[in-house]
Amino acid sequence: MLQEESDLSLVIAQIVQKLKGSNLYAQLERQAWGSWEKRILKSLNSMCTELSIPLARKRPVGEQKELLNKWNEMGTDEPDLSLFRPVYAPKDFLEVLINLRNPNYENGDSLSFRTHLGLIQVPLKVKGIPELKEFFVELGLTTGQLGIDDSTQVPPELFENEHVRIGQKVLAEQDSAAAQQYIRQGSPTALRAELWALILNISSQPEDILYYEQLKTNVIQHDLLVDSLIYKDVKLTASNDDYYFVFEDYLYQVLLCFSRDTSVLGHFAYNSASPPKSYIRGKLGLEEYAVFYPPNGVIPFHGFSMYVAPLCFLYHEPSKLYQIFREMYVRFFFRLHSISSHPSGIVSLCLLFETLLQTYLPQLFYHLREIGAQPLRISFKWMVRAFSGYLATDQLLLLWDRILGYNSLEILAVLAAAVFAFRAVNLMEVTSLAAAEAVLADLSTLKVMPLLQIFLFATVT
Amino acid sequence: MSRVSVPCHVKGTVALQVGDVRTSQGRPGVLVIDVTFPSVAPFELQEIMFKNYYTAFLSIRVRQHTSTHTPAKWVTCLRDYCLMPDPHSEEGAQEYVSLFKHQMLCDMARVLELRLILRQPSPLWLSFTVEELQIYQQGPKSPSMTFPKWLSHPVPCDQSAPLIEGLPEPSRVSSEVQQMWALTEMIRASHTSTRIGRFDVDGCYDLNLLSYT
Repeated sequence: MLQEESDLSLVIAQIVQKLKGSNLYAQLERQAWGSWEKRILKSLNSMCTELSIPLARKRPVGEQKELLNKWNEMGTDEPDLSLFRPVYAPKDFLEVLINLRNPNYENGDSLSFRTHLGLIQVPLKVKGIPELKEFFVELGLTTGQLGIDDSTQVPPELFENEHVRIGQKVLAEQDSAAAQQYIRQGSPTALRAELWALILNISSQPEDILYYEQLKTNVIQHDLLVDSLIYKDVKLTASNDDYYFVFEDYLYQVLLCFSRDTSVLGHFAYNSASPPKSYIRGKLGLEEYAVFYPPNGVIPFHGFSMYVAPLCFLYHEPSKLYQIFREMYVRFFFRLHSISSHPSGIVSLCLLFETLLQTYLPQLFYHLREIGAQPLRISFKWMVRAFSGYLATDQLLLLWDRILGYNSLEILAVLAAAVFAFRAVNLMEVTSLAAAEAVLADLSTLKVMPLLQIFLFATVT
Repeated sequence: MSRVSVPCHVKGTVALQVGDVRTSQGRPGVLVIDVTFPSVAPFELQEIMFKNYYTAFLSIRVRQHTSTHTPAKWVTCLRDYCLMPDPHSEEGAQEYVSLFKHQMLCDMARVLELRLILRQPSPLWLSFTVEELQIYQQGPKSPSMTFPKWLSHPVPCDQSAPLIEGLPEPSRVSSEVQQMWALTEMIRASHTSTRIGRFDVDGCYDLNLLSYT
């Protein structure tokens, strides 16, 4: 494992060197992303050749029957995955983002009024707290919130009962826009599954169930190398998590089908990335035999299965769970692992986090920087996974309510800054990156909504 | 409305700076680009299109052909048009921009020359300009068609056509046909758009390695 890790870091170091020395002129994002994508493809290809495993293989009939029988309990399978390694982890991706440079930008050695003291060096426009207060106005101190005003000390007549009643009305009217507005104040647990389905425009038509069954058939017929990566990821992340290990089988059923879903290719129209391409064996270069690999164009990375795991609490029927996850991915999650200048893209989120911290907690920021613990190094993994696996599940679902309500991922950066603000006193006393990581290792006791409210509306600026 | 590209000659950018360019520390914040139309007679400008590269504000001055013998004067037709809402950040920095005749402050009837004045007050950017500049004039109007008289002035039908024995009444038939047509249109419109996507080629998904191009 160490050898592979050092290989990958060598590869990363090479990209970094290339980015530093090259004279990128037009389309900075596309160039940086292009070389990153190429490295991922090379990694996958080398895994293929080293382990002598084909990228794709048609299963023999006996194996197909066996898999069909085992479909609902794939977690009991214990294949030998020791030779597989994740294609990349969030920290590798962070290194690429850190080295994004605009060739037209003055990056002189002397400190100027605009020197970026954080890790991200790209001057994208991010919102300040006054703009965030306007954007997240429904999270204000005078508006009722689930996550705050439904705690046991607060009598339910004050807010909760009325809120539930309105939620039921919205569902009865099947009004998607009203649901999106409503969910900004949080969703009652009983109504959440239906509200999310209404906002994401998912309704289980017979054709959707048929589509899912078709994908299941595709999984049974063909075995992909990517499947092993998915298995490995689930075993490493979700299976080890106290909250999510029960859903292991569901995760395979969703993710294996997700890899075969060509309709996901549609999201590349608004994603700066492009899906990896290959040719049928023996037909190299012939466009009629060009295909995408994997069929949905998305190569999973370490932690990818955590996007699906929280949804298993809400949806128990595999085809509906699948549809919800697919829609969440093509609307939100893909932005967390691709480079773009979109306000909800991961680059903007990182810059927003660093700017908020620098502006409103300058002492803390300076202290952490001095001890070599750049705050983004700690918070990056939270944001890339949309906090899945770090927060308690009820808190995570309250957070994802707001992502759907505001149709934006900026709340992830605000929450990350709010967490630092909350633990500022302890962080000021640490003297190393490891100690800072230890202070912020356990977020499972945090209550998300009070943190956000205090950071946005109650901090003296 | 059709438009026709006007061949133009873009002169090199001239930086405006106070003091000596060589010895002063800062970079110029104002650039001037002259655009001439050597082979074209004075024309009516319809649209200006270009790709921005880190210019924050744009002003345009135009020199028009005058019929009298007075020398043509420079007139400002666009003043401080904002291309980048925040000059220090990336927003709007590399966008494609179109400017139309109706956005100009003056009439653009007989354009001789254009002068683009680019401003970038932020010291963060190493250079700024506009690229792929294209000027358009109005294209030829689409040929007017005269409708045949019977189309524009249909003859009112006062008398019903004589009914032929045995055949159903034509007006009833036509209304029924219309209803059937409406039904087929409805069925066609409700055709589901979900595709069962095939990712393999004729059942085969046996792949080479991934390609890098």
